[in-house]
Amino acid sequence: MTLIVYVLVLLGILSFLIASIARAVRYARQSLHLRWELYPVPHEAPERVEHGGSYYEEVNWWTKPLKFNWVSEMKVMLPEIAFLKGLWEFNRPLWWRSYPFHLGLYLVIGAGKLLVITALLTIFAPGWMGGGFETVLKALYTGCGALGAGLAVAGAFGLMLRRLRDPDLRNYTAPGDIFNLLFFIVAFGLLIAGYILRGPDVSVLGLTVGALRLDTSLHIPGVMAAGLILTSLLIAYVPLTHMAHFIAKYFTYHSVRWDDAPASLAGEMQKKFAEYLAYRPDWSAPHIVGDGTKTWVYIATTIPDGEGRKK
Amino acid sequence: MSKKPRVKISDISREDGQPLIELRNEDLMPLPAPLDDPAREREWSEIPEKARQAYECNLDNTVAVNIPKPKSKEEEEELVKKFLAGLEKLFIKEDNWTFLQPLVLTMEHCAGCQTCSDACHLYEASGHNELYRPTYRTEIMRRLYFKYVRHGGLLAAFQHGDIKLNWALVARLIELSYRCNLCRRCAQTCPVGADNGLVAHELRKLFSQEMGIAAKELHDNGSVLQLKVGSSTGMNALVVKDNIEFIDEDMEEKTGVKVETPWDVEGADVLLIHNAGEIMAWPENPGAFAIILDAAGISWTLSSELAGYDSINYGLWYDDAQFARVALKHAAAARKLGVKKIVLGECGHAHKALSVIADRVLLGEANIPRESSMALLHDIVMNDRVKLDPSRNDFPVTLHDPCNLVRLMGVVEPQRDILRKIAPQFREMYPHGVDNYCCGGGSGFAIMSGNNFEDWRFHVAGRKKLEQILNAFSDCAEDTSINKYICAPCSNCKGQFRDMINYYDLWNKNHIGYGGLVELIVNAMVDVKPGFIDWEWH
Repeated sequence: MTLIVYVLVLLGILSFLIASIARAVRYARQSLHLRWELYPVPHEAPERVEHGGSYYEEVNWWTKPLKFNWVSEMKVMLPEIAFLKGLWEFNRPLWWRSYPFHLGLYLVIGAGKLLVITALLTIFAPGWMGGGFETVLKALYTGCGALGAGLAVAGAFGLMLRRLRDPDLRNYTAPGDIFNLLFFIVAFGLLIAGYILRGPDVSVLGLTVGALRLDTSLHIPGVMAAGLILTSLLIAYVPLTHMAHFIAKYFTYHSVRWDDAPASLAGEMQKKFAEYLAYRPDWSAPHIVGDGTKTWVYIATTIPDGEGRKK
Repeated sequence: MSKKPRVKISDISREDGQPLIELRNEDLMPLPAPLDDPAREREWSEIPEKARQAYECNLDNTVAVNIPKPKSKEEEEELVKKFLAGLEKLFIKEDNWTFLQPLVLTMEHCAGCQTCSDACHLYEASGHNELYRPTYRTEIMRRLYFKYVRHGGLLAAFQHGDIKLNWALVARLIELSYRCNLCRRCAQTCPVGADNGLVAHELRKLFSQEMGIAAKELHDNGSVLQLKVGSSTGMNALVVKDNIEFIDEDMEEKTGVKVETPWDVEGADVLLIHNAGEIMAWPENPGAFAIILDAAGISWTLSSELAGYDSINYGLWYDDAQFARVALKHAAAARKLGVKKIVLGECGHAHKALSVIADRVLLGEANIPRESSMALLHDIVMNDRVKLDPSRNDFPVTLHDPCNLVRLMGVVEPQRDILRKIAPQFREMYPHGVDNYCCGGGSGFAIMSGNNFEDWRFHVAGRKKLEQILNAFSDCAEDTSINKYICAPCSNCKGQFRDMINYYDLWNKNHIGYGGLVELIVNAMVDVKPGFIDWEWH
C-alpha cells in the first residue's frame, strides 16, 4: 500500500509536468497569427498606458523607437496572478468564491514545496534541522497546507453551489464542471481529514522523507492514503482539462491581447509570414478560387471573375 | 419586464422552424429621458412574409443574412456536411493560420464564468436575453469543436456538454454570427483571455469561405463590388473624381477658401484614403480634410487606382481572402505613387484593417507606413499649424470612440486633445476611451437594414449607445434651442448615428446631431467663413 501511494504521487506529479509542458508546447508551436490585440496594452510607453493608448497615437510612429514598458506590464501581471484583479474588477461576486479557491491552491502548492525542501534538508543536511529553523519550516508548511486546503475546499464548494443555483450558469455547466469541483472538494477534504486523523505516530515530514527514500516500511493511514491517491490523480487530471488556464493565460495575454509587434520592424517575423503565405488552403467557396492547390499569395492576388458565388 | 423561459443550448437544434425568441419593447433595457416616454419607442415591424417564406427566419424576430431554405432533406444534409468541413478547416493551420492560436485558446479555456456577459451591450440592451449572451454562440461552437474536431466522444460530452448537429443549428448559427458587433468589449473583461467576438468572426469566415454564405451588404454589395469597380459605393475612378470636384466647388463656396483636391500626385508625402461612403453621404468630411491639409501645408494626394480611393475593407468582418485582396490593393495604390505614408481618413474599421490586421500580410515593400488621421490632425492642431477660434464651437459636444480605432488600435487621446482645444463644451460620455460601447453599427450592421433588421439595429444594437448619448446631454437634451453634437470620427459609426437619430427623431425633437472631427476643426478655423457645420442638414 505504501509503495502504491509513493508511486501514484510520483506519477501524478510527473503526469502533471508532462501534460502541462505538452500543452504549453502545443500552443507555443502554433503558427503566429494576425494581430488581434486589445487595448490597454500594458507594455506601451508610460505616457500612453494610463489611457490605453498605442504607438499609433504618434505622428510618423515608425520613425521612433518602440519602448517596451516592463514596469507597467509587471504592474498589471503581478496583481492579476496574485489577486485575480480582473475578476475583482469585473465579477466581484465570483471573486469571493474563486479567489479563496485559487489562493488555497497557491498555498497548498507552496506547502508541498516547503515540505519537500524540509524533507531533503532532513536527509542531506541533518545538521541544519532540529532547532528553530526546522520549527519555522514545519509551522510554515503546516499552516500553509492546512489553510490552503481549507480555502480550496471552501472555494470549490462555493463555486459548485453557484454553478448549481445560479440560473445564469445553467446553460454553461456540464456534468464535468461539477465533477471537477467535487474532485477538488473530496481530494482535499480527505487530505484534511487524513491529517487530522493520522494519529500520534504518523508524521507528515516522516512520510515525505520516507517517500524520498522509498522506505516502504512506513505505514500510511487509510484516510490519508486515500487523500494522497485522489490528490495525485487530481494533479494528473488538471492539465488535461480547461482548468489548465494557468498555461493558456500566458498565451491569451502575451501572444494575443498584448501582441502589438509591428511586422514592418521585425525581419524574422516577416520570414515566418512569407512561409505561411505559401500554404495552400482548402476552403471550398467559389470566390476563394483555391481548390486546395493554390497558395494564399495566389488567392490574395487573384480577383475572382463575376460575383464568385454559387447561384 | 415579462418573464419568459430562457433559451437553452439545446434549443439551437430545434426543428420546429420557429424563432427561439421574440423581443418586445417591454423586454428591453429602459432608456433615459427623453426616450423614457413609451410614445417615443417605435414598434417592431414584422419580417416580410415573402422573406419568411424564402429564407431561414428561425432565430429571433429579424433576419440579417437571407439564407435560402433548403428544398429537401438531402440538401440540408449536404449543407451540414459543408459546415462540418468548414469547422474542421478553422482548426487547420494551412487553412486558418491567421487566427488559429487565439481560436484554439478560446475554445479550450473558457471557464464558463459569464464575467463577459455584463460587458456586452447587446445582452444588456435586450433585457439580458440569453440568446444574445456573448457565450451562447461560443458554447455551441465549443461543444461542436470537442465533439467533431477533437472527436472527444462521450468524455467530451461529459466534460463540455453535448450538442445535436442539424441544419436547424447551422441556419441559426449563421444568423447568430450576425448578432455580434465584434467590438470585443466582452474579451476585455475575460479573466482567462477568451474572446467571444473572435468566435463570431471565425464563424462568419467559415460560412463565407466554405459555404459561400455572407451578408449581401458585406460581400456582394461590399468587397466584391469594391474589387470590381473600386468602391463598395459603386463609384469608379471617373465618378469619384467628378464627385470630389463637385465637393471642392461646394467647399469653396461655403468657406471662401480655394479647394482643389490633388489626384495621383507621385511622390506626395501623404496618400489620404477616405471611406468612399463619406464622399457620397457626408461630402463635408472629405472637403474639410482638404481644407485642413492645404492650410497646414501638407503634401498630399488621393489615388484613383482600383480601391485606392475607398479605404473600406469589409473582409475584416467575414472573410480573410477578401480582406487580403483589398488590403493589397490599398498598398499597391500607395506603392504606385511612391508616397511616404498612407493616412486613413475618419473610418474606424479601415484604420484597424490596414494598420493592424493587414500588418502581417503586407510584407517587404508592401508594408508602407500607415498612420491614423487622428495623429496627423493632432500634430496640425496642437502645433497651431491652422488658426482656430474655439468660440465658434461653443455648443455641447460629446465624443464617440469607434471600437476599431480605440479599443482595438489604441488611438485614444489625439482626438480628445483636439476637442479639449477646439470645443469649449466638450464632455465625455461614460464609460469612454477603451471602455466605451460600440455604436451598434459595428461589424457591418451600419450598412445592413434589409427586411426589418434596422429595428433590431436600433432597439438592441444601438440602445446602449443611445443611453450614453442621452446621459451625456442630460443637462440640455430637451432644450431645442441648443444644438448638440456627437463627434464620431468613423463613417460606419456616423451611418449608425444618422439612422438612429432619424429613427428616434432626435434632431427634430431634441436637436441632437452628429458629425466627424474634421468638420469641427474647420468650423473653428478663423480663415474660413463661420458656420461650416450645417445643422439643419440633419
